[in-house]
Amino acid sequence: MAIKQGSYTFVLPTRPAIVGSAAVVGSKEGQGPLGTEFDYVFDDVTLGEDSWEKAESALHREAVTRALAKAEKTPSQVDMIFSGDLLNQCVGTTFSIRELNIPFTGLYGACSTMALSLALAGLMTDGGIIDTAIAATSSHFCSAEKQFRQPLEYGGQKPPSAQWTATAAGAAIVEKGGKGVEIEAVHIGRIQDKGIKDANNMGAAMAPAACETIASFLEDMGDTPQDYDMILTGDLGKVGSTLLLELLELEKGIDISRVHSDCGNMIFDFETQDVNSGGSGCGCSGAVVCSYIINRLAQKKLNRVLFVGTGALMSPVTSLQGESVPSISHAVLLTSGGQ
Amino acid sequence: MDKIYTLEVKNVMQVTNNEYDKMSKKASPPSPKLKNCINAFLIGGLICTIGEALRVYYTSLGFTKDGVKAGVSVTLIVITAILTATGLFDKIARYAGAGTLVPITGFANSVVSPAMEFQSEGRILGTGANMFKIAGPVIVYGCSTAVLYGFIIWIFKLY
Repeated sequence: MAIKQGSYTFVLPTRPAIVGSAAVVGSKEGQGPLGTEFDYVFDDVTLGEDSWEKAESALHREAVTRALAKAEKTPSQVDMIFSGDLLNQCVGTTFSIRELNIPFTGLYGACSTMALSLALAGLMTDGGIIDTAIAATSSHFCSAEKQFRQPLEYGGQKPPSAQWTATAAGAAIVEKGGKGVEIEAVHIGRIQDKGIKDANNMGAAMAPAACETIASFLEDMGDTPQDYDMILTGDLGKVGSTLLLELLELEKGIDISRVHSDCGNMIFDFETQDVNSGGSGCGCSGAVVCSYIINRLAQKKLNRVLFVGTGALMSPVTSLQGESVPSISHAVLLTSGGQ
Repeated sequence: MDKIYTLEVKNVMQVTNNEYDKMSKKASPPSPKLKNCINAFLIGGLICTIGEALRVYYTSLGFTKDGVKAGVSVTLIVITAILTATGLFDKIARYAGAGTLVPITGFANSVVSPAMEFQSEGRILGTGANMFKIAGPVIVYGCSTAVLYGFIIWIFKLY
């Protein structure tokens, strides 16, 4: 049963394990620096479907199916799935899993969804309420552009602070008493809003949320940044990462620069891939964590990774109405296990 | 209306919204304005040169003055529609910026791109309803301005 530690953190004494995980991506992500880490790269980003929404669902389904296969589980052996995406009413997820017959909890955490789904799966399995859960998420560049920005073929320029929504999906199977990378603690974030109104600068909007979550987590656990091999935010991009380091130093006197990485800075190559401030979208951190990070933890090349998902909780309507961008950040402490 | 109660909030960040706005402006690199202007000048100029060449060509074919004007516009619109449909226009526009946006090419692209994008929602409520999503405001305010100016000219002509 999870134990609340400090103000906002829950330590999971049974250490639920990630017994299988998978990440699938589109061609651009496949050409990025982490291309060889992913389970599958789709060269055709339509995935053979006739709409972008269906393509995203197909991507999501592929990640879930592959994760189940790697964990050697069938859908009937799973007690609950925690998942969400960026599309209205989370249709990326619901159309993906409608045939699986697994109890479903829909989540909306914007780009923090992977951290939120892992946190809830960890809490529910550790609490003994369920034995096995799936944590998953997806995003698709084309469906996100269509919903949040302009049509795909519209000719326009983006400011350097804008981020590129990754076409990617990640899924992890979390099991109580299983063997694998362990979830040691989770932290459910609080909404922060420092008044950033530019929807093309989500990194700046989300950095305060990441700052609060990282500082509270370290305080609750009595840890310093050096206690971790990596503090991995997802996805602040270049602008947001710079601001996070500045804010943590200024507000809390904490320096995480030595251990900090960001999924949005890892998934694309800034030199050759023309992605402005870096990657974003639920699937960006979803795919990076469910492949590269979990693989490195399983190989014990990394031992303790604090994964800090960040999400910008605006909608196209609120942006047009001139509202600022409220942001959220959830954290999951992943350890290599067997200690 | 009076507030019923106030909430005590703990752990609010010290940095004010104004201070954070300054920090974020400093951290966000500005758009490369000079480079954008040069690219826009070159590609926008090229489009206008193509337009001028078409004008000379259509005139040499013996079209009337109005016929030449329409012919040049329609040719540029058709070329843009083809480039948009084949996925090339947005790649050019990324470098050209205002160079492709300001000439009639920008208008054509802003109609063709949503028409393509919303095909999956059907011909009527998809393509039909969304085709002028971006160009609509230009038409609305363009027409409104024309009416306003027409009205002013009419008043002056009365006296």
